Amino acid sequence: MFFTRLLGTVLVAMLPLLVTAQQLTVSAAASLNNVFTELAPKFEVGKPGVTLRFNFGPSGVLLQQVAQGAPVDLIASADQATVTRGIEQKLLDADSKRDFARNTVVLVVPVQGAPDVKTLADLASPRVKRIAIGKAATVPAGRYAKEALDSARLWSVLEPKFVFADNVRQVLDYVARGEVDAGFIYRTDAALGAGKVKIVLTTQGHTPVSYPVVVVSESRNKALARDFIAFLATPPALDVLAKYGFGKP
Amino acid sequence: MPDSLRNFDGSPLILSLQVASVATLLALVVGIALGWLFARRRFPGSTVLEAACMLPLVLPPTVIGYGILVLAGRRSTLGSWLREHFDYTIIFSWHGAVVASAVVALPLVLKSASAAFAGVDRTLEAAACTLRQSPWSVFMRVTLPLAWRGILAGTLLAFARAMGEFGASLMVAGSIPHQTQTLSMAIYDAVQAGQDDAALLLVLVTSVISIAVLVASSRFLSLR
Repeated sequence: MFFTRLLGTVLVAMLPLLVTAQQLTVSAAASLNNVFTELAPKFEVGKPGVTLRFNFGPSGVLLQQVAQGAPVDLIASADQATVTRGIEQKLLDADSKRDFARNTVVLVVPVQGAPDVKTLADLASPRVKRIAIGKAATVPAGRYAKEALDSARLWSVLEPKFVFADNVRQVLDYVARGEVDAGFIYRTDAALGAGKVKIVLTTQGHTPVSYPVVVVSESRNKALARDFIAFLATPPALDVLAKYGFGKP
Repeated sequence: MPDSLRNFDGSPLILSLQVASVATLLALVVGIALGWLFARRRFPGSTVLEAACMLPLVLPPTVIGYGILVLAGRRSTLGSWLREHFDYTIIFSWHGAVVASAVVALPLVLKSASAAFAGVDRTLEAAACTLRQSPWSVFMRVTLPLAWRGILAGTLLAFARAMGEFGASLMVAGSIPHQTQTLSMAIYDAVQAGQDDAALLLVLVTSVISIAVLVASSRFLSLR
């Protein structure tokens, strides 16, 4: 009797798994967290039975997960380099790739108790003790910042001060808490941290920040994945992207 | 493999040993004191305090890391005082990793020390007292020698736990190469960056050391 009931309960608990017709898994750059979360219901409304599932992380790690066989349908990356690498490794469908947004990298400092920083060169001052930056190997924001610092010939000077973060939102958190004196993040992230961090300057001398979205070769929902890519170019999606400060592709 | 062998960077290994040793030492001193207290003294709230000291064993490391950030971060009372007077912060320094590892290792020392002290025959201590020994001398010459085996077992476990610390240390100390990047963080970074060779090598190094510690501890404990 007890086991019959238990079995019944388990079966009922599993029902939602059977009813959900289609699930689309999107691996997206950490900087897209808020904007994609807001876009999800707008996409789902037009597709009854479809649920969007997000996996946010640094773009380099997202590709690494796909390489190891993660069941992902789409990758939205914060850089072209990661997607190009994925296409070369035959992990991503080259013909599905589309650029959907732009961004800029900025230097931010905590609003409270920040040392006086006006230029990149000011970061070399002894008053600046710690600078947060994304890990260049996996976090595009970190790589853009490195390019900018390399072209300003400051990278090796500043290297002892760097605290390497797992993703760009972690950099924002470090600066917002005041644990570091400065950090490199996207303008869109800085807007989310308004009141805690302030923008000092927009970095120059790096590859333009352009976000591509692309279908994963192993995806079983390719048609739906392409629908999501098309959706990102529709006016409602562009409005939300613009609201968070992303530029047009 | 030869490439990653040639480029092998020993600094995470040395840092891990350094952090784990200092953290274990800290946990040992605090753990013996608290273990003795909980085994021998009952006072209002002692059970609650003991449970609170065991918390790091059950809480996720992220909670420990967050707790340390809140208590000792730059914006905290302690953190800002240290920064103002000594220009010092444990955040993003290997000292932070030591504090995090010591906190998670403490329950292992504490529990075994407390059990070991509880198992010491009180009549031997009483006898020592009749021989005009001071309480400190009784503790050092009678109680501790009788309890050391149990304490040592806990200490070796604590060292192993400190070597493997990841979550709390990452939040407090970050993963800065040559400064705070321990073995576990170097492995994490290597896997994330897709450097499987480097990760595998570090995993082998960690495994060999851990097995050595465990074998040494069981040999040591079986000595009479």
